[in-house]
Amino acid sequence: MITTQRMLTPEMVASIEALAPRYPNRRALTLPALHIVNDELRYVPYEAVVEVAQLLGLAPAEVQDTLSFYAFFPQDKPSGETRAWVCRSISCALRGGEEILDHICNAAGIDPYGTTADGALTVEPAECLGACDFAPCMLAGKTLHKNLTKESAEAFVRDARARTGKSS
Amino acid sequence: MTIFQPVLLEAVGVAESHTLASYRSRGGYAPLERMLKEKQPTDVVELVKASGLRGRGGAGFPTGLKWTFLPKDHPGPIYLCINADESEPGTFNNRILMEDDPHQVIEGIILSAYATRATTAYLYLRYEYPQSWDRLQGAIDEAYAAGLLGKNIQGSGFSLDLYLHRGAAAYICGEETGLIESLEGKRAWPRIKPPFPAIEGLFRKPTVVNNIETMACVAQIARRGVDWFRSIGVPSDPNNPRDPGSYGPKLYCLSGHVERPGCYEAPLGITARQLIDGQGGGVWKGRKAKAVIPGGISMGLLTEAELDTPLDFAGPGKVGCLGLGTAAVVVIDETVSIVDFLHNSCRFFAHESCGQCTPCREGTAWSLRMLERIRVGKGRLKDLELLAEIGNTMGMMPGSTICGLADGAAWPIKNAIKKFRGEFEDYIKRTNPSGWMVTDPVPALPIVAAH
Repeated sequence: MITTQRMLTPEMVASIEALAPRYPNRRALTLPALHIVNDELRYVPYEAVVEVAQLLGLAPAEVQDTLSFYAFFPQDKPSGETRAWVCRSISCALRGGEEILDHICNAAGIDPYGTTADGALTVEPAECLGACDFAPCMLAGKTLHKNLTKESAEAFVRDARARTGKSS
Repeated sequence: MTIFQPVLLEAVGVAESHTLASYRSRGGYAPLERMLKEKQPTDVVELVKASGLRGRGGAGFPTGLKWTFLPKDHPGPIYLCINADESEPGTFNNRILMEDDPHQVIEGIILSAYATRATTAYLYLRYEYPQSWDRLQGAIDEAYAAGLLGKNIQGSGFSLDLYLHRGAAAYICGEETGLIESLEGKRAWPRIKPPFPAIEGLFRKPTVVNNIETMACVAQIARRGVDWFRSIGVPSDPNNPRDPGSYGPKLYCLSGHVERPGCYEAPLGITARQLIDGQGGGVWKGRKAKAVIPGGISMGLLTEAELDTPLDFAGPGKVGCLGLGTAAVVVIDETVSIVDFLHNSCRFFAHESCGQCTPCREGTAWSLRMLERIRVGKGRLKDLELLAEIGNTMGMMPGSTICGLADGAAWPIKNAIKKFRGEFEDYIKRTNPSGWMVTDPVPALPIVAAH
């Protein structure tokens, strides 16, 4: 077999293996493994799916089946450096969540699910983020942005783009 | 009305409330240590059974009774799964508990594992709660270091490992067998029951799945006793021997068009109006409520006239709602079009249907298409009949689906059309003056918003 550059680094493999004693079989490592890959690469390309499958003793189709179900792991290209989920479920929608989503997308010059050309920011609609006491809200990376306004949404887009050093 | 002194939320606002030292200083883990020394697992089961605690995740099944369904003297492993895939729109009480008082949750988990004889517990946490993840992992590390988790806890001979498992943004993983499938590394398709998880669950072993708030209640029952728990809430109906009652405090999540959104602890049975006008400071901007979701979007709608409904396990059902659900109360003010509300609801369920059962996969998608059509001014009165037909035919209750997601999708449709039919008819006639009466099949609009 011709080996190309491997997607899974030894560190990723070690992180996955460190979780193995928690579960009675290796298939249960599927979701943790996909998260470990996605945390590093910001996507899970098909090559990585094959490598995860080999590592866990599964068919690639089994890993792909699980992965594709969640519609969470990008496969074609990495998410932006910041991946933002803007809530559009009922509590946020009642307080302007949909308008905030439009506003952020306009400010970033992209459609929902799109990524800015500089790779700084991906914006996705989200179903309930469980922060309805702070509606309208957005989760960007690990940061919850609360009680968004047009102004704070614009500032968020500016900051996200500035962090890449390629702000236009 | 006297102000209820919060118990489950006693740590909210306390500095460093998420640490072991803070929890200990509030009396935490002492009940666990006492139980492990003095009580047998069956005693803990009996304690929880006697308390009348019903699961806080949405279905309201009696927790102690659920535990007794496990096989006796099972030789192999028994698993405890903690459901923290809190995804029901409007619901965030688990997040507050995990972020502000993770040790309370962990004490409940250890007690529940002891009662069920589980030695491995998995806490399935939704992806959207990174702060909860950090707080819980920190608390778990502290608990291991203090000998509250791991081998031979406090010299009792009882061992428990507790692991966090991260979800990937799928609502269906909150369904207990969907959660189990997801944990096993598969797509989260709910299983056909029976067998119930207590007989054959995670990794095909006997399994109990309990909610985060239920765990916090178990910790407080151990600390304060059955009499305390049963002194709160609504007793069982003496005329209905099958009513288990609604005992204990409940975390109500209040959001939408209220002045003070937030998570409030109150005795089960508080009315929607008391909650909105009291804790919530009233409908925002001095407006009136048009409708109120009583317990997460799946539960349907209360009208303004139904706001005196008590929010206990039996209350919302008496006015045509699906149930208490997660007790997430969402206020919709008089300026909101009910068409927009139902569109939002249908979009949510079309997005979150797992696709396993045809009536749900197709029913949720077609109801969204119809709402799209109505919304852009191409609705017909016939669409209301079609929507009602979908609502009446998909779900576990009509017997056409494996899990209750479809019932939750159907209820807002049924409630909205029944309780707000006039508004739908007016909207359709006003926006489609030349076509509202047409009954011929029309081509569906493309689905634009679900995914």
